[in-house]
Amino acid sequence: MSEDMKKSADVVVTGTATPPPRMSPFVRRFKRDWQLHLLILLPIIWLLIFKYYPMYGAQIAFRNYRARAGIWGSPWVGLKWFRKFFNSPDFLQILGNTIILAAYSLFITFPLPIMFALMLNVLRNEKFKKFTQTVTYIPHFISVVVLVAILWQVFSPVNGLYGALFRLLGGEGYPSDIRSNASAFRHLYVWSAVWQNLGWSSIIYLASLSSVSNDLHEAAQLDGASRWKRVVHVDLPTIIPTLGIMLILRCGHILSIGFEKVFLMQNSLNLTKSEVISTYVYKHGLQGNADFSFGTAVDLFNSVVNCFMLLTVNWISKKASDDEVSLF
Amino acid sequence: MAKSAEAIAAAELKKKNKIGLSAEDKTMYTIVNIIIILLLILIIYPVIFVVSSSFSSGDAVSSGRDLLWPVEPSVVGYDIVFHYRTVWSGFANTLLYTVAGTAWNLFMTTLAAYPLSRRNFQGRGIYMTLFTITMFFTGGIIPHYLLMVNLGLTNTRWALIIPGAINVHNMIIMRTFFRNSIPGELQEAAMLDGCSDIRYLLQIVLPLSKAVMSVLLLYYAVGHWNSYYSALLYIRDETKFPLQLILRTILIASTSTDLTQIESSSAQEAAKSAGEAMRYALIVVSTAPILVVYPWIQKYFEKGVMIGSVKG
Repeated sequence: MSEDMKKSADVVVTGTATPPPRMSPFVRRFKRDWQLHLLILLPIIWLLIFKYYPMYGAQIAFRNYRARAGIWGSPWVGLKWFRKFFNSPDFLQILGNTIILAAYSLFITFPLPIMFALMLNVLRNEKFKKFTQTVTYIPHFISVVVLVAILWQVFSPVNGLYGALFRLLGGEGYPSDIRSNASAFRHLYVWSAVWQNLGWSSIIYLASLSSVSNDLHEAAQLDGASRWKRVVHVDLPTIIPTLGIMLILRCGHILSIGFEKVFLMQNSLNLTKSEVISTYVYKHGLQGNADFSFGTAVDLFNSVVNCFMLLTVNWISKKASDDEVSLF
Repeated sequence: MAKSAEAIAAAELKKKNKIGLSAEDKTMYTIVNIIIILLLILIIYPVIFVVSSSFSSGDAVSSGRDLLWPVEPSVVGYDIVFHYRTVWSGFANTLLYTVAGTAWNLFMTTLAAYPLSRRNFQGRGIYMTLFTITMFFTGGIIPHYLLMVNLGLTNTRWALIIPGAINVHNMIIMRTFFRNSIPGELQEAAMLDGCSDIRYLLQIVLPLSKAVMSVLLLYYAVGHWNSYYSALLYIRDETKFPLQLILRTILIASTSTDLTQIESSSAQEAAKSAGEAMRYALIVVSTAPILVVYPWIQKYFEKGVMIGSVKG
């Protein structure tokens, strides 16, 4: 063994045999764990700079931020920016768009993968099941830019699938362009997400379904339970805890409708339905004559609502399930 | 003996079940099979449509005559893509961001996950809380933007690498793996031999963690390859744009092809009539790298979801 290894062995031996008399437990544990503290030092510095400093900087939501004065030098204005947002004519529309889009997404993209997993679990041909999984996972790896590009190409009334099918079914000329149709925006947004993530989101349920013991199914079968009854009474109860956790996580992010896809799908014609909080923050806080304080206030409002939602849903689920299903 | 008898009984039961399917069960299996087949068609059809359109002639694509297989097969779309300047600079940039970014991600994630995987690590609870809070609450994009300006990181390549060092969810996956898949006795034995924590990490833990490392390598790499948001916020020079931002410009933000970006004059000429075919080809070219390796890496991704689903 090497020299330093021997040395550290000595330290361990002397350290345990004769603990230094007046060393507090804190210092003793620190001496034991100092290398671990050293390892985590860099990640913690990174965390403080890139995650916590912006939280501290979010106080410009309560100040009138001037670049020359900096964050600390800008004067306090209280809730001015929040009031401005709540009183702005856009407020209700944007909040409504955000909530409706999020709720619609949740109601569709949450249960479908569960049903899909239950169906896959019923399949008796292993090869067909594997093939289905492989194929349905593929869209998950397509980037959001490419997804929206495909969506736009497919729904092009002139040269897309949409136009081609329209003509194939006897339509004359070109159908109307639903890409710039405000009322189609939500459907396109949600159902393209289903297309992209149906398979991928089912993995976690398939994993918990595979933990159902065969004995349980056999016992139910001997009792004459049909496959359908076994889905309802054996398979479904197994995934309830997983389902609960996933639902809490989704509800916690109800207002954080991702910026990326909505922003790409926006055009001047569908803005009445597609403007959500995150895109509003970007446009008013970072683009054009950027109003940093106002944008931050809107973003902060969003963040606080999210946090509140998460804690509430978690609390309800904790009560309802006797501490079985909860994040903390 | 007993075991084999059991196995035989089980096999018999299985046989019985297969033969003795009730009418109700038969209908159920049929319905499920039909639904799954329909879903498969719905999911795979747009992919086939995009690929075959990319191999069709410019004229067939612009008039919308392609439905399932390439019409008037041609590679004119690919020819234009291969002469598109910004596409290649985008590819090169994305490659750089993906390789450097993923290396930095894995390094930092390991540094955080390993100490946090040690149950009796002093201060573990405080450190973990610091990480967890950031999963549910952030300062928002504008304070983050101001920070980047103050650090002088805007419009530099570092802006796409350094800030995203650790994804807390991925860090928890790695921590859970360290905790559950590496026997605790190993650590006790090593410590008795006087092995230090850092040395234990390097010589024992890391060699045993190839599974989780490959999962996270893929997660992070796909994330870098597909991201455009940070670049949209922080990068101004087109020469530093990652591929996804270039794709956004060509595929979504503009309706006609920017001919000045195309190198050869013959390709320029082709682009005038085959702009639409070029779009499909570009979609295929930009996604191909991930889809080509996908069959080999699929099981790793699934594994990641499984490891991540273990609550810890």
